[in-house]
Amino acid sequence: MNRTRLWILHMAAGVVLFLVLGMHMAIMHLGGVSHLFAPYAGTADSIQNSLFRDRMPFFTVSYVLLLGVALFHGLYGFRTILFELTLKRAAERAITVVLLVVGLGLFALGTWAAVAAHGMALAGVKG
Amino acid sequence: MQRTDESMRTVTFHVSRYQPEGKRGAYVEAYDVPVHEGMTVLEGLHYIKDNLDSTLVWRYSCRMGVCGSCGMLVNGRPRLACTTQILHVAGGHLAVGPLPNFEIIRDLVPDLTSMFEKHVSIQPHILRKNEEEVNSTEGEFYQSPEQLEQYLQFAYCIKCGCCMAACPTMATDARYLGPMPLTAAQRYNADTRDDGRQERNLQTGSPAGVFRCHYGGECSRVCPKGVDPAKALQLLKRRLVLDALHLFRKKEPCRKLEGSGSGEVLPNIAAAPAHTVQCSGQS
Repeated sequence: MNRTRLWILHMAAGVVLFLVLGMHMAIMHLGGVSHLFAPYAGTADSIQNSLFRDRMPFFTVSYVLLLGVALFHGLYGFRTILFELTLKRAAERAITVVLLVVGLGLFALGTWAAVAAHGMALAGVKG
Repeated sequence: MQRTDESMRTVTFHVSRYQPEGKRGAYVEAYDVPVHEGMTVLEGLHYIKDNLDSTLVWRYSCRMGVCGSCGMLVNGRPRLACTTQILHVAGGHLAVGPLPNFEIIRDLVPDLTSMFEKHVSIQPHILRKNEEEVNSTEGEFYQSPEQLEQYLQFAYCIKCGCCMAACPTMATDARYLGPMPLTAAQRYNADTRDDGRQERNLQTGSPAGVFRCHYGGECSRVCPKGVDPAKALQLLKRRLVLDALHLFRKKEPCRKLEGSGSGEVLPNIAAAPAHTVQCSGQS
């Protein structure tokens, strides 16, 4: 993929990150909005309220989306900063591979956690 | 006119010196220069060379801000020595050094080879599919004043290297193409006679290309010709993005008007005088 497309993705990831983080902040800190997604007593991040949201596929997808765009935006930005140090080509290739492996690994782990939380929340409802 | 002592002031020039064959490395030498109103940094350097130290070396040519040879760091800012008046930038002291972000050949002379190699790499000339049409001296490409305006500002660049010296990305990334070559790319991309944008996109959109720009804007602040490279780079980014998304409306380059009488002569325009020299083939 050429540099222009990567840059477009980087910018698009930033916009999506802004929207998803905005949603996260609203649910966590704005009472009027959080009551819709946190109907139980206590704070929006209590276990009952978290399990309530984990049951909804929308939130599982949004967690995975947030993880994906945050990892891409952050790691691609970090790679750009490192590349501005005029490194050797071999070092640049090594950095790309390491960041790709780290990013994919963290994404897989986070996706598994989000899907597992969704499964446990549904099992809790049935059980 | 002989100047009176009252109109003269002494300014100490702190000049960065470097001789590759010397063992001292880089050092700073101070010179006291009598300065009068309107005197430029270039004139101050000439005074030093003529009266105080004949070994001082710098590059200059036109002395009127046209050639771009005398770009140097004056009081920490890249400027043309010929258009910078000493009393406008200095109190009692003036620091003069070579342009940063370049190798130094000697004293105040930077090696601009890397800049010109990058400039050549973006093909800073009219590209068209039909080369014969370009090379033919017959006819002329039609371009309206509005179309000229789209790139005229960027065509004022004199390749002095001040923008390259001020660029914070250039300071760490030697492979970055830099503001001057990228502005030249935008200048030709925006030219309606040109049809080489896709070819230039390979360079300008490369890992060393325009997306390295942080939009610090220093290039535009220091440009002695008001070219505004930062604006050119943002326009270049926009066009690259639109091209990558296939959203840019394809335009054919302007056509060539062949022979006399193709264009319309405005009213009240006097006829051109007769040729003073007859070319071969002319009657």
